[in-house]
Amino acid sequence: MIDPIALFLLLLSASTPILFAALGELVVERAGVLNLGVEGMMIMGALSGFATAHYSGNAFLGFAAAALAGALVALPFAILTQFLMSNQVASGLALTLFGLGLAALFGKPVEGVKAPTMAAGPLGLNWIVWLGLAMVPAIWWFLNRSRAGLILRGVGENHDAAHALGYDVRQVRLAAIAFGGAMAGVGGAFISIATVLQWTEGMTAGAGWIALAIVVFSNWTAPGVLAGAWLFGGVTVLQLRLQAAGVRVPVQLLSMAPYLATIIVLVAISARQKFSRRAGGAAPGSLGQDFHALR
Amino acid sequence: MNRRQLIASVAAMTTISLAVPAWAQDEPLKVGFIYVGPVGDGGWTYQHDQGRLAVEAEFGDRVETTFIESVPEGADAERAITQLVLAGNKLIFTTSFGFMDPTINVAAKFPDVKFEHATGYKRADNVATYDARFYEGRAVIGTIAGRMTKSNKIGYIGSFPIPEVIQGINSSFIHARKVNPDVEMKVVWAYSWFDPAKEADAAAALLAEGVDVILQHTDSTAPLAKAQEAGAIGFGQASDMAAFAPTPRVSSIIDNWAPYYIKRVGQVLDGTWTSEATWAGIGDGEVVIGEITEAVPAEVKAEALALRDKIAAGEYHPFTGPLNKADGSAWLAEGQTATDEELSGMNFFVEGITAEIPQ
Repeated sequence: MIDPIALFLLLLSASTPILFAALGELVVERAGVLNLGVEGMMIMGALSGFATAHYSGNAFLGFAAAALAGALVALPFAILTQFLMSNQVASGLALTLFGLGLAALFGKPVEGVKAPTMAAGPLGLNWIVWLGLAMVPAIWWFLNRSRAGLILRGVGENHDAAHALGYDVRQVRLAAIAFGGAMAGVGGAFISIATVLQWTEGMTAGAGWIALAIVVFSNWTAPGVLAGAWLFGGVTVLQLRLQAAGVRVPVQLLSMAPYLATIIVLVAISARQKFSRRAGGAAPGSLGQDFHALR
Repeated sequence: MNRRQLIASVAAMTTISLAVPAWAQDEPLKVGFIYVGPVGDGGWTYQHDQGRLAVEAEFGDRVETTFIESVPEGADAERAITQLVLAGNKLIFTTSFGFMDPTINVAAKFPDVKFEHATGYKRADNVATYDARFYEGRAVIGTIAGRMTKSNKIGYIGSFPIPEVIQGINSSFIHARKVNPDVEMKVVWAYSWFDPAKEADAAAALLAEGVDVILQHTDSTAPLAKAQEAGAIGFGQASDMAAFAPTPRVSSIIDNWAPYYIKRVGQVLDGTWTSEATWAGIGDGEVVIGEITEAVPAEVKAEALALRDKIAAGEYHPFTGPLNKADGSAWLAEGQTATDEELSGMNFFVEGITAEIPQ
């Protein structure tokens, strides 16, 4: 018999990398920027975090370094899109490719070595898992209750109006992009430091793309991101767990469940919008648009 | 341009054009490699690249090697292989099962280029196939697993339900049960060759089932990391994974492609290359059992090494009857051994494994 509590604990660990990355991307998109470079920032975080943890012997220092590296590697994207008016989709894809390549290059010296072991937190879970869970209400509060968060959302909904009100659109977006990078970096480092304990090229294996899907699934809310991360992480864990227990389930069906759920949620959201009077939908109004101050 | 310069340049060009044929004879043989993963994966692709480096070390200036890494299995592989052909490579190794059809397609267009496809079964006049008898190594680590388990539950992380992987599961189970009749095998399919996060989750799922020995047919070290957390043991896959020794990694199965690559490149150089199917194992040095660490008791180590040597000498075949299929039907009679055809099409578990192969 499968112990539901044990399964839930597995789920919490398994969903941590995508939870961090998706929460970061949520803030970025709420500021009106579409950054498709999540995978690139995650892999840079995975490498920098791992290398720092290995050489310093301190895993927590590794996570701090991963956050810094994620933010730094997001900076060129911020400069390209916010100051040089580059296309956000193309720049984001470039950031992914750039991050994957750069990490592969710099990762050569730490191939084959191991990360230091970390002391587990409550319930035998990694402290970073708890940090990820704590970030959900924190980001919800920031976006809905804090002045800074309301400004950030204003910038994302209508950058021209925000600019007219005297807010520095580019500065807000720069900060959001850096924050998104830091979160993605920590998410990536969780894979290298806490899950695999080694560095290998391409180890994030598409987690960044799932994080992007989760943001859409969440309807751009923090609790929605948590639900999405648990759904994606949970289905993976559940199908593996069912297999291990010898339960005969078609694994292909379970593997496609999160994607199916995403489509259903998207349909439900647009149906709701059709019948409600609110125009425009849940996506931030200025998402993915270049901002060029004319005055 | 004055006359003297003109004469000089014409003379120079004549010299060059005369020199070219002579130079062409000394031109190194260009050998190309297509890898499915990154060279730094620490597993499957890493070992193929070690083979490539061995070729360079062996033949020096007589060969020139190139590789394209992280080529997805599918239509794009055809473009990558064609690219290597157009770059002048005369011998091309495509090193993953999924490159089979692309290799055959490209080979049909370039009959004067020789191809070598790993782990496939389709051949042509200019396409040879090669594979390693990984199941021989699995027999040895299965023996260690059967002796080392205390919960009598062994976990196996499979990649895809294809014959090569199924052979490994059967072989390790048969030999684990031979030394420990109470052993049970739990199988989890990851549906990936390399996905560290998913492999870690698969290992965690197995550990939650009470497994204390994990075997893997996926390429990352994530299952070993999980095994370590839980105090379980595991084995290196494809490469040695020595960073996890002496425990949880108590031994490993290493793919050693170097002897084969050196042999085949040598045959192209002296013109004796022909298309053939090679399936080499421990005896040919293509499958190597990594060092068995001190975490394994001496008598178990001796038993495992004795089995390895018997397989290497050809005295023992890991699939020797009496063996039944999982559905209870008879497969091999007493003393009968499986043929290569049966093995390369293996799509059933042997009796005793309760898991089912996804269809």
